[in-house]
Amino acid sequence: MLQQIIDRRLAGKNKSIGNRERFLRRHHEQVREAVRRAVDGRGIRDMERGENISIPKKDISEPVFGHGQGGTREMVHPGNREYVTGDQIERPKGGGQGSGRGQASDSGEGEDDFVFHLTKEEFMQIFFDDLALPRMTQTQLAETPEWKSHRAGFVSDGTPSNLSVVRSMRGAIGRRLAIGSISRGELRELEDDLEELLAWPVDAKREAERERLEARIAELRNRLDRIPFLDPIDLRFRNRVKVPVPTTKAVMFCLMDVSGSMDEARKELSKRFFILLYLFLTRHYDKIDLVFIRHHTQAQEVDEENFFHARETGGTVVSSALVLMDEIIKARYSPTEWNIYGAQASDGDNWHHDSGRCRELLTDNLLPVCRYFAYVQVAEEEQNLWEEYMRLQETHPHFAMRKVTQASQIYPVFRDLFKKEGAAA
Amino acid sequence: MTHYEGERRSTPAPTANTPPRMLRERRRTPRNPLQAPLPAPPRPAHPLPDPSDWNFELLEQYHDAIRAAAQRFGLDTYPNQLEIITAEQMMDAYSSVGMPVNYRHWSYGKEFIANEKNYRRGHMGLAYEIVINSDPCISYLMEENSTAMQALVIAHAAYGHNSFFKGNYLFKLWTDASSIIDYLVYAKNYIAECEERYGLLQVEELIDSCHALQNYGVDRYRRPSKLSLAEERARRKERLEHAQLQVNDIWRTLPKKPDKAEDSTDTKRFPGEPQENLLYFIEKNAPLLEPWQREVVRIVRKIAQYFYPQRQTQVMNEGWATFWHHHLLNTLYDQGHLTDGVMIEWLKSHTNVVFQPPVGHPAYSGLNPYALGFAMYTDIKRICENPTDEDREWFPSFAGHPWLPTLDHAMRNFKDESFVGQYLSPKVMRDMRLFAIVDDENAENLSVSAIHDVSGFRHVREALSRQYDLSSREPDIQVWNVNLRGDRSLTLRHTQNNNRPLHETAQEVLKHVARLWGFGVQLDSVDNTGAVTKHWSVPAPPQ
Repeated sequence: MLQQIIDRRLAGKNKSIGNRERFLRRHHEQVREAVRRAVDGRGIRDMERGENISIPKKDISEPVFGHGQGGTREMVHPGNREYVTGDQIERPKGGGQGSGRGQASDSGEGEDDFVFHLTKEEFMQIFFDDLALPRMTQTQLAETPEWKSHRAGFVSDGTPSNLSVVRSMRGAIGRRLAIGSISRGELRELEDDLEELLAWPVDAKREAERERLEARIAELRNRLDRIPFLDPIDLRFRNRVKVPVPTTKAVMFCLMDVSGSMDEARKELSKRFFILLYLFLTRHYDKIDLVFIRHHTQAQEVDEENFFHARETGGTVVSSALVLMDEIIKARYSPTEWNIYGAQASDGDNWHHDSGRCRELLTDNLLPVCRYFAYVQVAEEEQNLWEEYMRLQETHPHFAMRKVTQASQIYPVFRDLFKKEGAAA
Repeated sequence: MTHYEGERRSTPAPTANTPPRMLRERRRTPRNPLQAPLPAPPRPAHPLPDPSDWNFELLEQYHDAIRAAAQRFGLDTYPNQLEIITAEQMMDAYSSVGMPVNYRHWSYGKEFIANEKNYRRGHMGLAYEIVINSDPCISYLMEENSTAMQALVIAHAAYGHNSFFKGNYLFKLWTDASSIIDYLVYAKNYIAECEERYGLLQVEELIDSCHALQNYGVDRYRRPSKLSLAEERARRKERLEHAQLQVNDIWRTLPKKPDKAEDSTDTKRFPGEPQENLLYFIEKNAPLLEPWQREVVRIVRKIAQYFYPQRQTQVMNEGWATFWHHHLLNTLYDQGHLTDGVMIEWLKSHTNVVFQPPVGHPAYSGLNPYALGFAMYTDIKRICENPTDEDREWFPSFAGHPWLPTLDHAMRNFKDESFVGQYLSPKVMRDMRLFAIVDDENAENLSVSAIHDVSGFRHVREALSRQYDLSSREPDIQVWNVNLRGDRSLTLRHTQNNNRPLHETAQEVLKHVARLWGFGVQLDSVDNTGAVTKHWSVPAPPQ
C-alpha cells in the first residue's frame, strides 16, 4: 500500500516567495510610505535593517458574501452549566455577537492593522527603488582592468607548459593510422602473394617475380617506418582565454565644508546625504573605501568620527579639498582599478576668487576619472560657487547638483540625483 | 491549541468539478465492508523502538505496523505517499490552501505572512500534518515531530483521512483524486502564462473577483448529462403527444387578452431558472470576457468545487481520522507494538485535539469538529457493542449490530448535516452538554430553546444539523435575471434565511461581480414573504 516516503526538506524552500512578491507589489504604496517614514525617523547608521509595515485591515480584506447581524438564528453550544429550556439570557453588550460565532479572523488580531516584517533586503530594495547606479554599465564595458582566465578548449600552438600530452598522443595515433593505412594494406597483399609464390618450385620466372615482390615489400616497410611517431602537427595545447571581470571596488570621497558657517544642522544634512550615497554604493560594489576630506581654508583627510563631529572656524577655500582629493586619487586610487565617486557638501560659501578654480579642477582633473560626482548645497542662497558649478552641469552628464534645506528633502533629492538614466526627469 | 490541519481552513477554499464524463469512466467496484476485524497477528517479541528522534527506517516500521492494523479493520485507502517537510514548507502549504502547488496570488502571500507571524510569536502551533486528497494520497509529516507524533500523523492522515477521501460519497462525486495535482500544475502554468501575456495587474484583478465569488462557484447538484439525439427525439415525440392530449378546444373560443400576451414576454427572465453557480453562469454568459478570462474563471471554479466536499464534511472527516488514529494506535498497543512512552505522548496530543472548551471559556470558539466527530463515531461503536434501552429506542436500525459495517456506512453516505441529523445520540448530547440558544433580533433577550434533556434531544439535534447545513451558513444568492433588452445589467437575488440580512461587504463583492460581468449589477435581498427588503446596485465598470 505504501508508495514511498519522500524527503522534501531540501526541495522547494521559499516556494511562497512569488506570492509574497505579489502581496508587496499590491500594497506597494503603503509599503513605500512606511519605508519613507522609517528612513526619516531612523539614525543613519542603522539604515540596513528590516522594518515593520502596517497596513489597515480593510485595505487587504477579501470580501465575500456573508451574513450580517440580525434576523433569527439558533446556535448550539457545548458545556451547558445552569440553563434549562425557556431560560432568558441577557444579550451580551458591546460586541453583540457574544459567544456566538467563533469565526476568529484568520490573521490573528481582530480589527488591528495587518502588521508584517519587511526583511532588510526588501527594505533596502524599496529604499533604492527605481535607482540604478549611474553609468555603471558603461564602466564595466569600457575599461575593465581586471581579468580572469578561463579554460577554452585546445589550440595547436602554445607554450610547452600548456602541452596536453594525452590529447597530443591521441592525435598522433590517429594520424599514424590514417597515413599508413594504404601502404599497410598493400604490404599485406604482397606478403600473401610472396608466401604463395614460395610454395611453388623455383623457376626463373618465379624468381624474377619474387625479387620484384621483395623489393616492393622492402620499399613499403621503409615507407611505413618513416611515418613519424610524433609530428609537430599533433601537438595540442590547453587554451586559456582572459575574460574581463568588472571591477567591484569603489572609493567614495566625502568632501565637506566645516567652516564656521556650517552649523550642526547643516552638517547633519550633509551626513545624511553621504550615508545614503554609501548605502547606495554598497548595493553594487563588494568593497568600498571611504575617504573623508574636510576643509575650511585648508583641507585634511580625517576619520569618520572627526569628519562629522569636529568643528572648525574660519573662512572657506573649497578648492583645497578638491586638490587634496586629486592627490589622494593619484597616490592611492588608480582610476583603472577603482570606481571613483565624489560627493561634496557645502553651504555654498566660498572665497570668491576660488570658485573658478574649483570648476577648473573638476573639469580637468576630477570629473574625467570619476564615475559620478554629486554636489549638494545645504543652504538656499546661490553664491558664486553654485553659479560656477551650474556651468559644469551643462557639459558633464555625470556631474549633478542640488539644494537641500531640510532633512525630509534629502531622500527626494537623492533619488532625483540618482534617477535611473533614461527615466523622465 | 495545536490542531490538525488537513481540510479545516478559515479561508474560503478555492475547486475541481470533475467533469461528469470522467466520473462515469471511473470504476465502481462493489465492496462488502468487513463484518468484524480480521484476526490479530501474533504478538511481536519487542515493541517498536521509541527514540524521540525519528529516522526513515523507523518510519517504515511504524507505517508497516499501522498499515497491518488498518487492514485488519478493512480501511480502504488510496496508496500512501509520505513526505517529510520543514516548518517553513508547512507554512508554504498552509498558505496555498494546503495544496503542494497552486497558482500565484497575493492573498496566499498575505496568508503566509500572517501564519508566519503567528507562528514566530508562538500564537499558533503548526499543524502536525496536511493531507491532500489525491491519488496517491500525499501526507506531509513535519520534521520537527517526534517518533510518536509521526506515528499519530500516519494513523490519522494516511489511514484516517485517506480512507475518508476514498470512501465518502461527496468526495467520490465531486473530486477526482487522481487528476487534482496535474490540474493544479496546469492551473499554475496557465495563470503564469496569462500574467506574462496580459500583465500581472489584469490577472490579479480577475482572480480577486473570482475569489470573492468562489463559494458561489460550486455545483451543489450534478448537471443532467446531455441527451443523445435519439433521446432528444424520443422526448420531443413524447412531449408532442402529451400536448395533443391536453388540447381542449373549448378554451380556444375565448378571446386572447392582448395586454396579457405582451406581459408574458416582458416578464420572461433570463436565465429561465435561477442559477446558483454564479461563476459558472459568468463563465458561460458574461458578454465581454475574453477567452483566457473565461478559462481563469473556470480554474477558480474548479478548484472551489474540489474543496466543496471538505467544507461540508469537517466534523465527519476529522472525527473519522481522529477515531481511527485512536483506535489503530490503541490496538497496536494492546498487541504489544507500542511502548508506554509512545502511548503517553500521542495521547497527550490527542487530548489537546479533542478538547472542547465549554461556552464562556476564554478559548471557546464554537464546537470543535474533532471533539464532536470523535465523540460521535466512538458512540456509534458503543451503541453497536453495548446498546442501552435508550439507544435501542433511538437507533433501532443498528443498535447491537456489528460496528465495522455500521461505521463504514456512516462514513460513506453522509455529510455533516445529515450525519449529525442521523447519528447524534442522546449520550453524546448529554456528555457534551449541548444546548440551543435562539437569537431573535426582535426579542429582548436570547432564549434557551432546548437543552440536553429528554424533551430537548430532538430539537438540539435538528438545530445542530441545520447549523452544519452549508446553505444556512452561507447566504443563498442566485442569478435572477439579466436585462437582455436594456442595459444588460445582471440581477442577483438573496433569499433570506430566517430574515438574516447580508453583511455590508455585499457592496464590495458586487463590485467584483460587476468587474466580471462587465455591466451593472444589482442585488435584491428578499425576505421569507417574498418582499424585497434591501437593494444594492453597482454601475457598470468603466471599460
